[in-house]
Amino acid sequence: MPIAKVDGVAVEFEPGMNVLQVAELAGKEIPRFCYHERLSIAGNCRMCLVEVKPGPPKPQASCALPAAENMEIFTDTPMVKKARHGVMEFLLINHPLDCPICDQGGECDLQDQAMGYGRDDSRYQENKRAVEEKYMGPLIKTVMTRCIQCTRCVRFITEVAGVPDIGLISRGEDVEITTYLDKAVNSELSANVIDLCPVGALTHKPWAFNYRPWELKKTETVDVMDALGSAIRVDSRGPAVLRVLPRVNDDVNEEWISDKTRYVVDGLSRQRLDRPYIRENGKLRPASWSEALDAVAARLKAASPDRVGVIAGDLQDAESMKAALDLFRGLGVQSTDCRQDGMALGAGPRESWLFNATIAGIEQADMVLLVGVNPRLEAPVLNARLRKRWLAGALRIGVIGEQADLTYSYDYLGAGAQTLSGLSRQRSDFVKALKEAKAPAIIVGAGALARADGAAVLKAAAGVAKSFGLQWNVLHSAASRVGGLDLGFVPGEGGKSAGELAAKGAADVLFLLGADELNLAQSDAFVVYLGTHGDAGAHRADVILPGAAYTEKNGIYVNTEGRVQLGARAVFPKGEAKEDWAILRALSERLGAKLPYDTLDQLRAKLFADHPSFGRIDYVADPASLSLDLAALGGAGEVSEEPFASPIKNFYLTNPIARASVTMAECAALASGAAKIAAE
Amino acid sequence: MVGILQDQDRIFTNLYGLHDWGLEGAKARGAWNGTADIIAQTPEWICEQIKASGLRGRGGAGFSTGLKWTFMPKQESERPHYLVVNADESEPGACKDREILRNDPHLLIEGCLIACRAIRAHTAYIYVRGEYVHERERLQAAIRQAYEAKLVGPGNIHGWDCDIRVHHGGGAYICGDETALMESLEGKKGQPRLKPPFPAGAGIWGSPTTINNVESISVVGTILRRGATWFAGFGTEKSTGTKLFAASGHVNKPCVVEDAVGIPVKQLIEDHFGGVRGGWGNLKAVIPGGISVRMIPASECEDAVMTYEDLQARGSGLGTGTMIVMDKDADLVKAIARASYFYKHESCGQCTPCREGTGWMWRVMERMVTGEAEMSEIDLLLDVASQVEGHTICGLGDAAAWPIQGLFRHFRHEVEDRITQYRARPGVYAGAKVAAE
Repeated sequence: MPIAKVDGVAVEFEPGMNVLQVAELAGKEIPRFCYHERLSIAGNCRMCLVEVKPGPPKPQASCALPAAENMEIFTDTPMVKKARHGVMEFLLINHPLDCPICDQGGECDLQDQAMGYGRDDSRYQENKRAVEEKYMGPLIKTVMTRCIQCTRCVRFITEVAGVPDIGLISRGEDVEITTYLDKAVNSELSANVIDLCPVGALTHKPWAFNYRPWELKKTETVDVMDALGSAIRVDSRGPAVLRVLPRVNDDVNEEWISDKTRYVVDGLSRQRLDRPYIRENGKLRPASWSEALDAVAARLKAASPDRVGVIAGDLQDAESMKAALDLFRGLGVQSTDCRQDGMALGAGPRESWLFNATIAGIEQADMVLLVGVNPRLEAPVLNARLRKRWLAGALRIGVIGEQADLTYSYDYLGAGAQTLSGLSRQRSDFVKALKEAKAPAIIVGAGALARADGAAVLKAAAGVAKSFGLQWNVLHSAASRVGGLDLGFVPGEGGKSAGELAAKGAADVLFLLGADELNLAQSDAFVVYLGTHGDAGAHRADVILPGAAYTEKNGIYVNTEGRVQLGARAVFPKGEAKEDWAILRALSERLGAKLPYDTLDQLRAKLFADHPSFGRIDYVADPASLSLDLAALGGAGEVSEEPFASPIKNFYLTNPIARASVTMAECAALASGAAKIAAE
Repeated sequence: MVGILQDQDRIFTNLYGLHDWGLEGAKARGAWNGTADIIAQTPEWICEQIKASGLRGRGGAGFSTGLKWTFMPKQESERPHYLVVNADESEPGACKDREILRNDPHLLIEGCLIACRAIRAHTAYIYVRGEYVHERERLQAAIRQAYEAKLVGPGNIHGWDCDIRVHHGGGAYICGDETALMESLEGKKGQPRLKPPFPAGAGIWGSPTTINNVESISVVGTILRRGATWFAGFGTEKSTGTKLFAASGHVNKPCVVEDAVGIPVKQLIEDHFGGVRGGWGNLKAVIPGGISVRMIPASECEDAVMTYEDLQARGSGLGTGTMIVMDKDADLVKAIARASYFYKHESCGQCTPCREGTGWMWRVMERMVTGEAEMSEIDLLLDVASQVEGHTICGLGDAAAWPIQGLFRHFRHEVEDRITQYRARPGVYAGAKVAAE
């Protein structure tokens, strides 16, 4: 590897690194505002100036200069110091001195670096510039006078998010960051620009003036809004979760999260079930825990096991599903299901329901076939990765299903299962290229598999994957789904599926483990709802057992690629609510079928013993070692002509937490309104 | 004799538009003569000849044109090579390229063909300044004549396919910077790019590109016809050839003229521009190369000569060779304040020092004009100028700093006097008269 000298110290570096990175290798911190590893290089803030030899006798922007063999880099010469102090002074002359009322205060790059490079007073005697606020939607608050025109937001929105909604207009000292026509930024990833903003120009609108960053307790955990399991940090103060920020995890979310992941938190304090309820005379009344548990136990004892159904929701941790499965299978109940949407997966090997390429590994693909999936809505962060790969120019994408704006161009092959089963007979350019591709992959979603003919579609998709040699990937949209399937939370011998259980007269007792996406209007069962929010399940429930939301319990989640991740508790459950597994444990005692664990650790020990895949935390199988018999997947039957439709009708309202969130409601209203205007 | 250049050695023989600008006239004056023989030579030979002639870029930076051409890849890859001619002559004071564009366009077109051969390009773009509407029309007409006569274009009589396209700019000063010009040419916002990569490696649409000034390209044909030694025979060792000079401001006959590089400033003004208004003794300062170089005071104008090295030694520069002459009636401070406003207005706003610094400098300069400033602000202003200079992506930051530095280097006392006068003036506040008594 080539060697360069940084302030006299020789460091080895990888070819292609820039001077800034080489200096960091040598432990020299280079101040910067515009440079960001995951965005293109703008070189416009001029804060990272260093002196290099050989080179011109003036300082160079280290972010934009490729390092070369035997280059000598100087980071603290008088010339460099003067340049950095000068740039800092220029940045500050038109920056308002409103740190005390700025939400960025305490985590502001400009504030931090002004401590290192700023003067203690201002030499600027003229009037400061003021810039009009801009409207960027319900999530991004702007105070554009604070903007230092680093253009990180512009680069993120155009490059990563793929919507050209933010730009820099005018010139000279009149330049402004704007959304041009004062419209909301039309991206599911829009709020990442707030993290990128090095100053307080873009801040979180829903959280404005709510906290100071140093007051918050930070808990590192994983997200459950989609099946990616993005790495997040939950910031809380006392009992309240105040914000969610992304953590860096190159294998999953790089450092982006979706707007839903971030702003769903106000839903955690609304519509909460904070005490047990029992329905009497058609109305729910507050009850004590023992009353509620007794009522449930009595009903369960009275019912025959084959008249009991258990359905797990989309946000459940693996432990509670394991406890439920242990309890109800112990009672002889076979009607258990974690697939509220009826996805035709669950029989067969584990690889059949995983995203086998892995999220990071999908960047190795050169062709991707999307079947019944809209990644922009079902996993926005994954979509950004597909776009990144597409931007690099080496990815061709084909779509069977909805023709949506995915932020990259694709070959539209057809609408539904007929196209899929007839694909190998198609003579399109795409199919020809697919045959010759070196690393092709298929991504199948709920839009294709969660239908009445799901098994037949699965067979067709697997057939296509087999005949073209496509890597098999399933993209789930529920955080609990892979964990549930791994546990075998599917109907046992003679058991009924979730859809069948919802029918009239299908069951005497329905136990909903946070399941809110089912239509139970026809069901005449006695419904027990264990969950967190007063949503669909609770409205139908006869007994409500208040559980813990994902920020309130330690739990295991398995993402769509089969990565087992630990969620951590940030705050305690609301009111009298308990952790889900503990409620099931208490119920088991009343049923005389005591579960063999008293602590979460004991439960986990049993979980790992029964299902070894859960014991391998943060591990995914090497995609190369995949051995999956695609021919065995799916079932017989005719595929219907109905087109594939994404299961996500409204991105912002996909789960009970999101539906309780005011911010998400605003976003949803805006999104549907925008759609309406476009349609007219 | 007027000047030091003989008539037979002039390259631009229709500088004043007295003759036919069209193809017939240009041919009669020698253009397109023996071009095929030049094109038949290898690119290396052309580059060598231009290098030997000592031709330096006439756009202001003064980089060796022949050397610049050799930076282009020797083999054409799948990315085509491009020649871009910078006709975005926006420098205040500069008006030389416009005379070529409207009166001798065929010299430029011929130069484009030869330069394309030298850099193995088959397409040349001429980026004409937004305000040059008439010039663009004249150039376009001349190009059409050349196409019709099969002098350029695909399958032309010279045996080197070469398309020439004219692009009309939007009228922004910054688009005269070569990388901003490329951005503008690609249809983007005219903001300078970072270097490296240099245009010869990745220019327009990521392809190898050479960018030259109009004058640099226009003289190439004549140099190759008459020989590199002929051209190198004028001027000094480091500043050779003939060049267009121009004067604006307080001279009796402002005009554009071709003369040998190395002509003394005094002779240039006296011989060609009719002398300074009110006589040589009335001269105060000269900005020799367009507004963005530092000025030189009258005392130095006595023995200054128009070469790159002499003017550089005086802390100034030859720039585009288009001088601004100011006599003793001129308010230098106001003139430089106006220049500062120009830079503030034309800054693209991309990088911090220029975006913030140009506005700051202009505001302080405006107060200096009236004297409404603190004495210490002079040093502050110079410090700010030094904080802009050399810290920006393109040269506009430097260009904004230099006029101010030039002013204070030679005329600091004038500003100090103004500040003193302003502070000594009777107050204008209510009751000032009473207080004074």
